[in-house]
Amino acid sequence: MSSDHLTRRGLLQGSAVLAAAAPTLSANATTPRTIGANAMMPVELTVNGREVHLQLDPRTSLLDALREHLHLTGTKKGCDHGQCGACTVIVEGRRINSCLTLAVMHDSEAVTTIEGLGTPDKLHPMQKAFIVHDGYQCGYCTPGQICSAVSVLEEIKAGIPSHVTDDLDEVAISEAELRERMSGNICRCAAYPNIVAAMRDVAGEAKA
Amino acid sequence: MRPFTYERATSVAAAAKAAASVQGARFIAGGTNLLDLMKLQIETPTHLVDVNHLGLDRIEKTDDGGLRIGALVRNTDLAADKAVRRDYAVLSRALLAGASGQLRNKATTGGNLLQRTRCPYFYDTRMPCNKRQPGSGCGAMQGMSRSLAILGVSDACIAQHPSDMAVAMRLLDAQVDTMGADGVARSIPIADFHLLPGDTPHRETALKAGEIITSVTLPKPIGGTHVYRKVRDRASYAFALVSVAAVFGKDGSARFAFGGIGAKPWRTPEADAAAKQGAKAVAEAALTGARTTHHNDFKTLLVERTLTSIYRQRETRA
Repeated sequence: MSSDHLTRRGLLQGSAVLAAAAPTLSANATTPRTIGANAMMPVELTVNGREVHLQLDPRTSLLDALREHLHLTGTKKGCDHGQCGACTVIVEGRRINSCLTLAVMHDSEAVTTIEGLGTPDKLHPMQKAFIVHDGYQCGYCTPGQICSAVSVLEEIKAGIPSHVTDDLDEVAISEAELRERMSGNICRCAAYPNIVAAMRDVAGEAKA
Repeated sequence: MRPFTYERATSVAAAAKAAASVQGARFIAGGTNLLDLMKLQIETPTHLVDVNHLGLDRIEKTDDGGLRIGALVRNTDLAADKAVRRDYAVLSRALLAGASGQLRNKATTGGNLLQRTRCPYFYDTRMPCNKRQPGSGCGAMQGMSRSLAILGVSDACIAQHPSDMAVAMRLLDAQVDTMGADGVARSIPIADFHLLPGDTPHRETALKAGEIITSVTLPKPIGGTHVYRKVRDRASYAFALVSVAAVFGKDGSARFAFGGIGAKPWRTPEADAAAKQGAKAVAEAALTGARTTHHNDFKTLLVERTLTSIYRQRETRA
């Protein structure tokens, strides 16, 4: 997408600037300040290779820190209860639900979001494969799906077994393995077969 | 979410002390259950003590050939651990049958034991619930009770214990190692760790205020064939309707523990004693005293059929 298009992300960034300019508005839309609310806490994160310093209400989830404070809106809020996987990011090399963890718990840790995996000019192989294999329709769950998919292939490589692994000591890629391991990422459009195809492609098991 | 203060504990003793000295304080480890409940204001801690940096993330052999699992070992790491895969496969299988990959990467061994029920009436703050609000009544008994417990229940509560891991821990006779706010360590047999609801369903474990789980210790391996069979509404990422953990010896003896049906991870010596008589006898023994509702009475048959399936698979693989 060319930069002169009006994008959702651009719009959000614009409104964040407006909000910051109006001192009566809360800068944190999802955890409003209340009487007796806690002091803000300093949180330092390395997000997509960039060191950031934030002052956060301890209630701020990692997801809200990414979206509302760092304006990295690629990571999506679906259920906000760890059931849908739209908020999946990679923290210290492992995929987690960013909605079910507090940003303060990750002080001085490294976070990779969909924005850090690749860029529009230089896509991550998994991003490319999702396009080639049509691994999405509406796209809302896609950033979480892709972060999960990248991690799943690494988990298999590391020999981590799953519920469908027959012999716990012999972990290998299969359709059943990928489906089981991706069960924490729900897709309302049911792009599942194409997501599996994209993952097999990246894993070197090209499948039309 | 209600406001709270937050601190990162630097030692086990300091964590226990902090949790005991601040009223309404809670430990936070993986946070996957606690934060979910905090968002719904079912849990409303005033202070969180973060125990993620206490070095409780090691798995090591004990002097008598068992295994000591640090309370902060993540579910993924415990399931993938070589010694666990080899000697306690039922534990690997139970862990892998639970939650999703993302959740297992965060959820901890200690936290999993403290996981709270998934009873829909516990989750719905508009409904009465003796566990959430003591004395308010139970919405489940006359309500949608399909997923709920049939063993160990009381007139006050029929909530099921949701954990898969704890069922395997119960089967393996694990010990829960803790440290109290007074700095005193103790070990609680897992059979005594979870409490039955009785008149006080809000009291769920034997832990005292400020007492922190430091590790879970497994006795030395018992060998045998390890099985964890979970029956649920979808193929993955769902809580158990019924689950069976079993270890079979070469002579046909076996031990069993059950998930999805008990107010706590369920095990009875009578079920183990019936192993050689087959699935039906084991089910009958395990289900002694079962109290069902109109919605969950299918679970008794499902227990028997799950056991039958396990026995048949053993025959075909033998």
